[in-house]
Amino acid sequence: MLRFLLHRLYISILVAVTVSIISFSLLRLSGDLAAELAGEDATEKEIALIAHQYGLDRALYIQYFDWAGNAITGDLGRSLFTNEPVSEMILERLGVTVKLAIYSIVLGLLMAIPIGVLAAIRPNTWVDRFALGLAVFGQAIPNFFFALLMIILFGVQLRWLPISGNASFAHFIMPTLTLGTSVMPQFMRLTRTGMLDVLDSDFIRTARAKGLHPMRVLFKHALRNAILPIVSLMAVVLGFLLGGTVIIESIFALNGVGFLAFESIMRQDFPVVQSIVFLASIAYIFLTLFSDLINAQLDPRIRLG
Amino acid sequence: MLDQVTQNNEDNQVDEFEITVPSPPELMKRRAKSHLGLILGGSVVLLALIIAIFSPFLAPFDPYDQDLTRRLIQPIWHPTGTWEHPFGTDALGRDYLSRIMFGSQVSLMIGFFAAAISAIVGSTIGMIGGYFGGRTDNVVMYLINVKLALPGLLVALSLVSVFGGSIVALILILSFLFWDRYAVVTRSLTQQIRVNDYITAAQALGASRTRIILGEVLPNLMNQIIVIASLEMAVAIIIEAALSFLGLGIQPPTPSWGLLVSEGRSFMFFKPYLIVLPGLAIFFLVISINMMGDGIRDITAPEGRN
Repeated sequence: MLRFLLHRLYISILVAVTVSIISFSLLRLSGDLAAELAGEDATEKEIALIAHQYGLDRALYIQYFDWAGNAITGDLGRSLFTNEPVSEMILERLGVTVKLAIYSIVLGLLMAIPIGVLAAIRPNTWVDRFALGLAVFGQAIPNFFFALLMIILFGVQLRWLPISGNASFAHFIMPTLTLGTSVMPQFMRLTRTGMLDVLDSDFIRTARAKGLHPMRVLFKHALRNAILPIVSLMAVVLGFLLGGTVIIESIFALNGVGFLAFESIMRQDFPVVQSIVFLASIAYIFLTLFSDLINAQLDPRIRLG
Repeated sequence: MLDQVTQNNEDNQVDEFEITVPSPPELMKRRAKSHLGLILGGSVVLLALIIAIFSPFLAPFDPYDQDLTRRLIQPIWHPTGTWEHPFGTDALGRDYLSRIMFGSQVSLMIGFFAAAISAIVGSTIGMIGGYFGGRTDNVVMYLINVKLALPGLLVALSLVSVFGGSIVALILILSFLFWDRYAVVTRSLTQQIRVNDYITAAQALGASRTRIILGEVLPNLMNQIIVIASLEMAVAIIIEAALSFLGLGIQPPTPSWGLLVSEGRSFMFFKPYLIVLPGLAIFFLVISINMMGDGIRDITAPEGRN
């Protein structure tokens, strides 16, 4: 176990360092950042002044080490636009995004697991086809389009729900429905496949032969085993949602990290953008590391293989 | 079918009463003919392809032609709609049917090339890792892990903001986003294929490693790669639409479906057709490509269904 842990940790650190370099260089690919910050009519002297002010005239690797060194101590620099510390800006908005991500995953699971289990118990019947249809629908409908349709229906025609802001729980209903629908298909397919595999296995036949109640076999024996890959997928999806709620947050004007990222990209506020990309990657690395360790703990084949 | 059977019998001089088993391609053809999803999805994709290629001839109007006296004309199902503009007109008086027809060009082109380029890049990386193993494989796994850790949409948005929203830039940026799934699948399949006797035989014959990978490994992966490509094409189309919707993809006045939804957004409460029509176009194209992809998987590699 220790060897597995150390190896996994070593890879994670290597990946984290690479990701920090990539997020650092993302907006710097545009070439002359100082010229863009100075505006169109700036003279060369002004550009040089701005470059010096932000430390952009130093060698790129020195800038990187400077940023990375500060980032380790929790100092992510200041926004070019508001001059607030980036870490505070992100922390302020993290709550909204985390809430939205967790609500969406919970809703996705609530839809996916029961339907996936039903589809696996009755494969190739209308239940299974309905489940497949639902999964295909959830995969094919673009997030932003689904969100706008709901705004028209629930926000404007029926006037049931608020369409922008994040003041109350009601504000989260439509965003959660949108994202929940888009993460549901992967969970459902995985539940169905997992259950089909498990239900076919010998220990389920044994449990049935012992005369256990079918419900008990289904939930206590089968679902428990089928749920393992879902835990890993949950980590992946959570990581994805933390960095990927940009569209939904900007449509519903939810003041979360995704919206902040979008605004900052639009105004070339690179300290904010590079920090969000970096933190989202780190969150993903931690979550997958964590879920791998749980799985290794539960399944000896992984840690010894 | 009958001809084939008799010919087989003559060639091999087997007993006439032997039960003939249809060849794998024959089986595939039979499965394809009875696969409703494949037929339905394939037809819609084909239709979209025809519209995209021939839109300059099929579209009733020039999609860029503005006529401010004919702004926001309602579509045909509205009481005031006319057959002249069956899908109505947009805020600048451009014929909406023509704009949606031309929009299919952007979606299909970006989807196809992004899926194809990422297929080449991803499969190459995956096959190299799977075939050589050891240190090389560690590097490949590391690349895949880095790619998976990066928040894709944010990276795409940042790159588009730097490189602009031209079609070529979008294709390259999206290809960069999607190579990992090909790499993961081809890598593990190559590991399984590598130990087969025909690979050993090729090695014994002195075939070069490039030749083994391209000539022996790749053909066995083709089905899987095509299936992934069709699914990734659908995702690429959605992401392009999302980027254009956010104003960071295709730039006006080029008609892209995502951009049309975004332009119609300010009118959506009174003229919902402005967002519903392009939105449905994306939905139907994506769902058809998915159905086609699932169908191809069912007929070429039924064991891969999940």
